[in-house]
Amino acid sequence: MLTNTLAKPAVPFGGKYRLIDFSLSNCCNSGMDTVGVLTQYQPLELHSYIGIGSPWDLDRNTGGVFILPPFVQARGGEWYKGTANAIYQNAGFIDQYAPRYVLVLSGDHIYKMDYSLMLQFHKENKAGATIAVIEVSWKEAGRFGIVNTLENRIVEFEEKPRNPKNNLASMGVYIFDWPVLKTFLQRDEKDPESVHDFGKNVLPAMLRDGQKMAAYRFQGYWKDVGTIRSLWEANMDLLSDKPALDLHDPGWRIYSVNPASPPHFIAPGGKVKCSLLSSGCLIYGEVENSVLFAGVEIEPGAVVRNTVVMPGARIGAGAYVEKAIIGPKAILEENCQIGSVAARTGGETEISVVGALVTIAANTAVSAGTMVNQFLSPVG
Amino acid sequence: MKNVLGIINLHENEELLKDITRQRPLAAVPFGGRFRLIDFILSNMVNSGIHTVGIIVKQQYRSLMDHLRSGKEWDLARKRDGIFLLPPPDHIHYSNSIYKGDLEHFHNQIDFLHRCSQDYVLIAASHILYNFNFSGAYRAHLESRADITVLYKEEQPRPGKFFSLATQVSVDEAGWVTDMEVSPGKIAGGKIGLEAFIMSKELLLRIIGDCVARGEFDLTKEGIIKNIRRYKIRGFRFGGYMAKISSIPDYYRANMELLQRDVWQELFKAGPIYTKVKDEAPAKYGAQAAVSNSLVSNGCVIEGQVENSLLFRGVRVRKGARIRNSIVMQKGDIGVNAELENVICDKDVIITDGKRLAGDKNYVMVIAKGMIV
Repeated sequence: MLTNTLAKPAVPFGGKYRLIDFSLSNCCNSGMDTVGVLTQYQPLELHSYIGIGSPWDLDRNTGGVFILPPFVQARGGEWYKGTANAIYQNAGFIDQYAPRYVLVLSGDHIYKMDYSLMLQFHKENKAGATIAVIEVSWKEAGRFGIVNTLENRIVEFEEKPRNPKNNLASMGVYIFDWPVLKTFLQRDEKDPESVHDFGKNVLPAMLRDGQKMAAYRFQGYWKDVGTIRSLWEANMDLLSDKPALDLHDPGWRIYSVNPASPPHFIAPGGKVKCSLLSSGCLIYGEVENSVLFAGVEIEPGAVVRNTVVMPGARIGAGAYVEKAIIGPKAILEENCQIGSVAARTGGETEISVVGALVTIAANTAVSAGTMVNQFLSPVG
Repeated sequence: MKNVLGIINLHENEELLKDITRQRPLAAVPFGGRFRLIDFILSNMVNSGIHTVGIIVKQQYRSLMDHLRSGKEWDLARKRDGIFLLPPPDHIHYSNSIYKGDLEHFHNQIDFLHRCSQDYVLIAASHILYNFNFSGAYRAHLESRADITVLYKEEQPRPGKFFSLATQVSVDEAGWVTDMEVSPGKIAGGKIGLEAFIMSKELLLRIIGDCVARGEFDLTKEGIIKNIRRYKIRGFRFGGYMAKISSIPDYYRANMELLQRDVWQELFKAGPIYTKVKDEAPAKYGAQAAVSNSLVSNGCVIEGQVENSLLFRGVRVRKGARIRNSIVMQKGDIGVNAELENVICDKDVIITDGKRLAGDKNYVMVIAKGMIV
């Protein structure tokens, strides 16, 4: 029940969520009541977001959510050296609960998964470790950790293979028998060659040792959003008629911290098509194929297409935004142009990014694929 | 305003709202896409710095308890103070004549009033909507050394707009209240009371005692109006937007007024209005969605046309459906090619494919909770 959040789990996604909402909601919906969140880089926003875990029903008398940053001990402290080391350093925390099984997750993947079914599979197979795998396209297989299996049994790992023998990718979701994992973490810790990573070190070591390792096939939507492109794509995936990831499913709700804001308003003359809109938005312009977070304002005459607009951003009158990610509270003044009109004609263009709190002055044009992280005004 | 106890008095006249209050108190009537009426006064109190709120609940309060729960959404789930639901005495049955008036209920909860540590009380109603920080009115009350401060709003008469069952306040040039009356019918405008009073707790206890001892049970009419010469009563003019929900036309109009940007801003932005969280996904617009001049809440899936309307959380508008000048409450499902005009759909209403329903602008059609048409 540990969420490995060494990456960007606080990134906003899908109109009202943050990436970590998916893992935490999966835990909550799978009936898990004790979750540790391992944090390291820039933890303040994430810590304050998770709080005592009440949005995910994890404010419990026994168990609940625990935030586990690296800490200093009597004999000195250190950063988490890798995913496996992060858990090794918190073995004491896990031992407090004396669990039979430990579930290890990433905090930056988007998917809906019932971990209790996976645990059942793990028990039925009497495995020491079970890894959730998903079929990916052969073309992409080289980007993932590939798991080669015989029936359900794992026979080989290949990290980002050039010529994959298989297209079953590891989802970064693992269930271990805790005593088994603990032994291997201790061994891994003593290995000076190791980078203390699950995928690179611990799992292959277990396999070499002859541990029974099972592959649990997951059917459904799963996306690792490590890059700007994948973040943008995952947002766009939500806009199809029958999206593979259904956020409106009442049986598997994704919980998050909800702002106190009124419903969004579409003004006379405002147009919205094929989009997701959250509360508090004011729409006077045109929105197509886009995802708008809470409190976004689109002024008259502005056109926003194929774009993700994060909370509190304002798109000024007459602005044109195409294929972009606009950061939280960014301001695009009148008649700005972000991205190129050419993208509409079907040509592959790069995604433009406007950072959080950035202001783009009136009449500025930002070409496709540009990242803007500071105030920008028109040249000349 | 730590020293002020908030009391929300739900003894409100629901006579002209029966169509939407059959299964819930007026305070729990859904409003503005995602709120219930009580959210406004409760949030106002919290935003003003009030830490203790007692709610005098009248009847059928299950839906209200479900909405408020621990009071956590309003930051009122506290170790000390917080939210207190004050249910009616056992023998009160509102359907028969045993019910005498709200003061009987106050009297029944006198222990609560004694136990609260605050020296002042703010008594307010849930059916009058505004966004206001009471601290200015509280300060004015203390400075004026008045016994009671009555909040009111000056409403200019406008064609077609009436106030039903309103309290009219007369104020002299120095700001003292010279007269008050609760009008039994409709009035066009003037100084309309917000049904909000600030006074010391001591005075409230005296009024309760005096009235009950004389067989009087109406706080406004008998506790305050009858004593208008006895106590120094000050008027406090509220200058912002106010909506009083006392009839179905009031309810419809107040919802529709939210489509005006200044009203939307004023009612929602001055202080945040808190409500029970539902964790609905963002609203989804399909390729054929055409929405204009409307408020849309999270959880909606829109594939049809919506104009001058309010959609509450989780409403489905299916392909070819047309909704005009209407209010669709939570989880409404408007079928393929169905049409609604001047209609209020209560919660969980299903309009089957191809149905056409229309009310009149001056007499909207109300479809009861859970109906399948």
